[in-house]
Amino acid sequence: MADTNVKQEIDARGSACPGPLMELIRGIKASGVGDAVAVLSSDPGSNKDIPDWVEKIGYELVANEDHGDYHRFVVRKSK
Amino acid sequence: MHRIVIIGGGPGGTITANHLAEHLGDELRSGEVAIELLTDKPEQVYKPGFLYLAFGLESPEHIRRPVRDLVSPYVDVRIERVTRVDTEQRQVMVEGGGSRPFDQLVIASGTRLDPSATPGLAEAGDWFYDEEAAQRLHDKLEALEQGRIVVSVIGVPHMCPVAPLEVTFMLDQWLKQRGRRDKVELAYTYPINRTHSIASLAEWATPELQKRDVRIETFFNAESVDAEEKVLQSMEGTELPFDILIAIPEHRSAEYLEASGLSEAGWVPTDRDTLAVKGQEGIWALGDTTNLPVSKAGSVAHYQSATLAKNVAARVHGSGPVARYDGKTICFIEAGLDSATFIEFNYARPPQVQPPTKLIHWAKLAYNNAYWLTAKGAL
Repeated sequence: MADTNVKQEIDARGSACPGPLMELIRGIKASGVGDAVAVLSSDPGSNKDIPDWVEKIGYELVANEDHGDYHRFVVRKSK
Repeated sequence: MHRIVIIGGGPGGTITANHLAEHLGDELRSGEVAIELLTDKPEQVYKPGFLYLAFGLESPEHIRRPVRDLVSPYVDVRIERVTRVDTEQRQVMVEGGGSRPFDQLVIASGTRLDPSATPGLAEAGDWFYDEEAAQRLHDKLEALEQGRIVVSVIGVPHMCPVAPLEVTFMLDQWLKQRGRRDKVELAYTYPINRTHSIASLAEWATPELQKRDVRIETFFNAESVDAEEKVLQSMEGTELPFDILIAIPEHRSAEYLEASGLSEAGWVPTDRDTLAVKGQEGIWALGDTTNLPVSKAGSVAHYQSATLAKNVAARVHGSGPVARYDGKTICFIEAGLDSATFIEFNYARPPQVQPPTKLIHWAKLAYNNAYWLTAKGAL
């Protein structure tokens, strides 16, 4: 299973401030290399924001699951 | 006797104490309930005032009041530093060896800065989140005739999410007033791919920053500071040289919470609706110390305190939570030294930015004074 190493799951649904990507970055900063962080987001903008940041920083987007009214993103701190 | 202990003498602590004194007036008078408020500082500071202090527009004496003057006489204020919460024995341990037993506990101890989390920041960075730092920054700003000022959001989340934008807008006008703006470059960095996490606020702020010739660096997560060379380095590989680095350092909840096993990854896990601490009975949290996806702002603590006090009072009366926090937040935003706007939002409704006006700026300055009525629970 891709996200067996998820160390932290952050429920950022309904978060206008600081927002799902900021919550993800907070979780990633507190994680070790190799750990994965999951974030739940109901913000449609996350579908672009989160993959864009993951690509920019060179981490791994392990999953982007569509749960209807929210998405669950799993990001691994790969370096 | 039902003992309620509140930890924290900031807005969350004093407003909650006053709401509880109102809800439980009969029980307090009859001695069935006692409320203790523990704070390590005898004075409450109106933290938004630090922003003005950094520009020499406010005085330290004007932005603080004795905690005892802010709460109901039915609340026993104790100036004590908490060292640990014993959740098994249901008591709060304080410095010097004492303990305060509780039936219900309210955690309202805010957040603290942790500049040491970013190598080099403590040596070379400045910020405006406490009196000493704000005054030191003011001295540096007064002395800077030319060079580069970088405003960098490093810690996520942090107190007052709009403050980095405010300080940048205020800097621009402050430097212009002194005839130095053309000799001082301004840069603003933000961790995600826009200038603020709130999309509508970023849409407004980005052209405002561009109009003021502020260099914008997004996707910039500061990793370290070369204190000798005065260069800020990001996780994404960008470097920014500076003469003054106005940083938003990493934040964490209070040390005693970590020692008590009540914080996870720096914050207290809290139910977003009832404000109960997850996994605990009769322990509640509000304000900056929670892990909730809401702004770390005084208005949040203010609105949360109304919910929390109702739920604490309900438990005294033997029932479960009766009130739910809806995420309500209001933030004023200074757009310079003489105009301001504001945003108001909750979990369901995102904020819309109003055009800045002088009237809102004056309303903000008026509220800076009227805040003490809020702290007392009257406004």
